[in-house]
This record gives sequence, C-alpha cells and structure tokens, in this order.
Amino acid sequence: MTDRKLVIPGDALGEGRAGHGAYEEDGKVFSCFIGLAEEKGGLHFVIPLSGIYNPKRGDGVIGKIEDVVFSKWIVDINSPYEAVLPLSEATDEFIDLTKTDLTKYFTYGDLIFTEISSVTKTKNVQLSMRDRKCRKLRSGRLITVTPAKVPRIIGKAGSMVEMIKDITKTQIVVGQNGLVWVKGDNEDLAIEAVTEIERKSHIQGLTDQIKAMLEKKMADKYGSQPQPQLQEE
Amino acid sequence: MTSDFTRIDGRKWDELRPIFASVGVLNKADGSAMFRLGNTVAVAGVYGPRKVYPKHEEEAERAILRTKYNMAAFATSERGRPGTSRRSIEISMVTRNALMPIMFLDEFPRTAIDVHIEVLQADASTRCVGINAACLALADAGLPMKDFVASCSAGKVGDKVVLDIAGKEDTEGELDLPVAYYPKKKQITLLQMDGITTGKEAREIIALAAKGAEKIYEAQKAALRTKY
Amino acid sequence: MISIDPQLVKDMVASGKRIDNRKLDEYRDIKIEKGFVTSAEGSARVKLGNTEVLAGVKFGVGEPFADTPDEGVLMVGAEFVPLASPDFESGPPGEEAIETARVVDRAIRESKVIDFKQLCIKPKEKTWMVYVDIDILDNDGNLIDACSIAAISALLDAKLPELDEDFSIDTEKERTKKLPITGVPISTTIARIGNKLVVDPTLSEELALDSRLTVGTFDKNGEIMLSSMQKGGTGGLSLEEIDKMVSMAEHAGKKIRAAVLES
Repeated sequence: MTDRKLVIPGDALGEGRAGHGAYEEDGKVFSCFIGLAEEKGGLHFVIPLSGIYNPKRGDGVIGKIEDVVFSKWIVDINSPYEAVLPLSEATDEFIDLTKTDLTKYFTYGDLIFTEISSVTKTKNVQLSMRDRKCRKLRSGRLITVTPAKVPRIIGKAGSMVEMIKDITKTQIVVGQNGLVWVKGDNEDLAIEAVTEIERKSHIQGLTDQIKAMLEKKMADKYGSQPQPQLQEE
Repeated sequence: MTSDFTRIDGRKWDELRPIFASVGVLNKADGSAMFRLGNTVAVAGVYGPRKVYPKHEEEAERAILRTKYNMAAFATSERGRPGTSRRSIEISMVTRNALMPIMFLDEFPRTAIDVHIEVLQADASTRCVGINAACLALADAGLPMKDFVASCSAGKVGDKVVLDIAGKEDTEGELDLPVAYYPKKKQITLLQMDGITTGKEAREIIALAAKGAEKIYEAQKAALRTKY
Repeated sequence: MISIDPQLVKDMVASGKRIDNRKLDEYRDIKIEKGFVTSAEGSARVKLGNTEVLAGVKFGVGEPFADTPDEGVLMVGAEFVPLASPDFESGPPGEEAIETARVVDRAIRESKVIDFKQLCIKPKEKTWMVYVDIDILDNDGNLIDACSIAAISALLDAKLPELDEDFSIDTEKERTKKLPITGVPISTTIARIGNKLVVDPTLSEELALDSRLTVGTFDKNGEIMLSSMQKGGTGGLSLEEIDKMVSMAEHAGKKIRAAVLES
C-alpha cells in the first residue's frame, strides 16, 4: 500500500489529469472528496472515505429482492438506484410465465450475489446471475459498510478477506455495494473484523493487526491454537 | 475606513467572533456538522443522494439540491413560532443558490440531496452560519464538491463599517450585508443587503465581508481535517 | 407559446445581441397607469415590455408592532396567479413569489422614504396598516423590477381614508391625504449571462442566466443611495461584476424613477 495523502474537497493535487474523485480547473487538479489521494502516471484520483454506492458495470453486488413483477425482479442494491434482474438473466430454463410463479426462483427478501450487467446514463441498473460466482445467499448474516471501504476489506488480491475466512472458518461474500454476507460458526468474529477494518481503513499494517486479533479471539473461544487445516465448507 | 473604536462586544471593526466547527455530529444523517460564530449556532444534516419524493420533482439528468433553513422556536430571546415563515423560505432559497456553484449534481441523476439547517441559537448572521455548517455536512456525507463556500456578514453600526454583525449590532445597526464567498474562484455566491449606503461604500463592505469569509474558509478546512 | 432555447440566448448575448434587439444596458418600454383599480385606495398597472403586473394599496387600522409602537406597518405581498404563466400553479405563494415580495419590500422599507411615524394613529394602540398586494398578470421576466415599479407607483397614488371617532375607516368621506413619501425607491435587476451583464432580463433571458443582482436605489438630495441588494441564480459573481452591476443599477434606476414621477 503506497503512502496516500488525506485530502478534502478543493485541495490541490498538483498538475496532471483528473481521474475519479478529482476535477480539473485552470489546468490544475483538485480533490472532490474527503478521501485518500493517489497518483498514477499523472492521473490523480481520490478514494472517498464515505458516500453512497454508485452502481458500475461489472461490479459484484449483494442485492435483496424487493419486488417480483411479471418478468423480472426489482432488487435493492443499497443505492438510491434500484436494479432490475430480468428473467432472461436469472435462469437458462425455459419458463412459461403464464404457469410459473417467479417467486419459485427468487422471492421477497431473498439475498443474492449478482453482477451489474449494465448501467444507463440515467442510472437504470440491470443485473445478471449468469456469472459463475452469482448465487442465492441462504441464511447467514448481512452487514452494511461504507462502499468506499470495500477494497480494504477485500485486500490486495483478496488477501484480507481470505485471511478472515481462513481463520474464522466462515463463508464471506463482499459486495462492491457495501453489503457483506457472512455464514458460519464464528459469524460474530468475522463481523467484528470487518467492522474494525472499516473503522481503521486508513492505517498501515492493518492486515497483520486484524490477523493477530482474530487468532487471539479464536484461541480464547476454542481454547487452543486453531489449526490451519481445519475443515473448510 | 480604518477606525480604532471598540464595538459593543469589545471586537475591532474587522474582527470575527470566535469560530467553532465540528463535523459528523449526528448519527442518522449521511453527513452533518455544527458551526458556531460567537453565540450563533447552527447544525446542518445532509441526506442523499437518495430517491426523490415527490417523484415529479426528480430530474432525469442530475440530482436536485433541496435546502431547508429552519430556526428553532427557542433560538431567539423571544420565542419564535415553529414552522416555516416567509423569511425562512427566502433564506432557504438564497442558501441553495449559495451552495449550487460548488456541487457536482450530474453525478447522481434522479436523486435528491437534502440539506437541512437548524439554527439552535440566533445572535445574528444565522444564514451565514447555516451555510458554513451545510458545506461541512455535504463533505461529511461523501458528496463530491469543488470546494467550500464560506459565509459571514459585514455592515454598519453607529455609522462605522464593521465585519460580522452580532445580535445587538443587528437590531441597533444601520446596515446588514451577508455574503457567501467561493475563494477558489473569487466569486460571491450569496449577497443580500438591507440598509442605506452609497455604491462606493457598498463595494468596501462587500470586500470586507469577502475577506472575513476567507478566514472562515480556513476554519472550515481545519474542522474537516481534524475529524479524519 | 414558443420559448426560446437558452443556448440561443447565451450565444446571442455572447456576441452582444439580444433577442429583442435591445442594448445590453437597455430597459424595455415601461408603461405606468396609476389609479387603475378604483376598489383599492391606490393602484398602478405596470407594463415592462410584455410583463404586466398590477399593484393595489389597501389601508386598514390595526395594532403596531411591539418594537415600533409609534409607527405604521407596511406589508408587501405578491401573487403569481396561474393566468400569468403556464408555469404558475395555484396555491399559496412559492419561494419565487415570496422572494419577489420581500425584495420589493426591502428596497422601499430600508430607504426610509416613507415616514412611518406619521402613520401612527394612537401610539401603542392604533396605527395605519399599509397593504401592498401585487398580482402578476403576464410573466415575460423580471417580475421583481416590474413589481417594484408598480408598488412605489401605487403607494404614490394612494390616498389615506378618513377615520371616524372610533378609529374605523369612513368609506363615505372623500380621500385626500397622500402618504408621507419623500423619495422613489426602485429595484433594478441585472443578469449575468455567460460573462456579459444584461439589464432587465426577459423570461427567456432569465432561463439562460447564471446569476442576477437586484439593487434597490433611491434619490436623496440629488445623490443616488442604495437601500437593498439581492443576488439570485445558481451561479456566482465576481467582485468586479458586482461593481459594474451596482453602477448599471444606479444608472438605470434614474430613468425608471423619472418615468414613475411623470406618470
């Protein structure tokens, strides 16, 4: 993790071009957000410390089925924008709509891990369940975090979230939209870790800190050092 | 225009009242801040971007900014009547116009960004304090902004030009001129005046208010940095 | 009704032209008719180009405010009635109507050209209530200025009713007393469209403007004084632009003042 500078709206980022979270004025680049500023090859961008989820194509998100209408589901993706999961994107089976009740597939309140297949200019969002990683999330617990903190929760190449899964023996699914689903015998610990990461996201060496905390808590709970080769689900 | 007199509260002619600002003071609002200038205190809470109700107000290509200024009934020495008044409606309007130049509304079509300002203690310049709090609350909510606008008043008391009108100066003074200033672009985004003056003197008073606003701007930035 | 595309207005103004061929610092034709409505104690119908408004002054007897026990009371209201524009809805005044009324009021009240102390009937108990109500009849922009001209014209036209011994208004007796007014406060509005400053915007120009400044001016012993200012619109104004706009307002106010006095 490179050294990132904390900036606030209007802070000068230098010369160059404005990427996400920055804007250009009179040839200089400024920050739009309170956040961490980074620069890559003359492109300045700022990762905000807070804010809503702005849907982006390709993002994997956790959604909650809000409504079931004729040939699609309306899905709440923790955003001011509703998303639509059309029947054609939910299943490859041939469905006779006059005979089939769509709630057989997904019904009100169901949680799904899904992918955003398209976002129009006016932010109409379409979802798809086609990708292999997409599935219904049954039981377990759901927590909400600031969407901007999701990369930290996932970690470089998934290192953070894999570490938590490994030590706490839980299933964890992280949505880019700030929803995190956990399931397993140590859901509480996993949730505690995620909440801690959200609080301390700007600190260096966080992965080691969280790892140490979890190992200690697992030891306290089970009375011995947890073995790395314990059963995975 | 310089003068060596002291004002009712002991300040010099170009001195602001003590400033205090704090960000993230409320739990439920997406962003919030409190701003204090002497005995005038306002809290701002921001919700959004969120779905627009009533739906017919929504705009297809951008977010709408809705601002509501409200003064608590206990904010003034004589109890005020709760609810909106023509005054609060006008102030809500000029407050919104003061904030618009710094917002990026195109980022969030079909949503509303709601700014609610509550004046808890009124000792003049309440709309200024409200605007200062609103900017911090918008930033705290994670909304993209170009900069802050900073607001304060200037005017005339006892025939002398002064910065930052306080309570007694407001009731007994001759002229009140609140201003909101966008320092990066050197633009005024709110300007109102009541009282008698010449064109030449008005220019001086506006310039004085803009200078005061620059100090407020530094205080706003400092408040935001300390929260994080 | 065809409305003109804001981009066309912006392009024209950028090259120094206006849709109706006026100069950037030129007002539309002003027509003032005092005494237009006989049911009111004072009135004025004003046409500013195609914008038309009608102000009526009504008097009442009431209690003075606690902090000014020996002064009359002035109340200015504006109604944006639906017949004036396809965009006006019926119902209580919206923020634009409220802003218009308050800005018109401010310029008049703060100039102190009306001697409110002379409107006191019995200190702390009874005073003249001066109601100025302005109906917009046709909206082609710059309602603030049109209403301001109508309000002061109606006040200058107004004659106070006579009172009975019990301080009620005697509607039979002839009205002869004019209000104690010693000046003519006028609000003038300048719009910024792009980087050009344009006086008296029409409706199409209002839809294209970035910001506007309304300045209330009045004459005092030959000198032009300011009594109010209001910036409107969602854009900003530089100090230099405000400078120029104040000068333009002082200049334009003179001509309008002359028109009011002549009518």
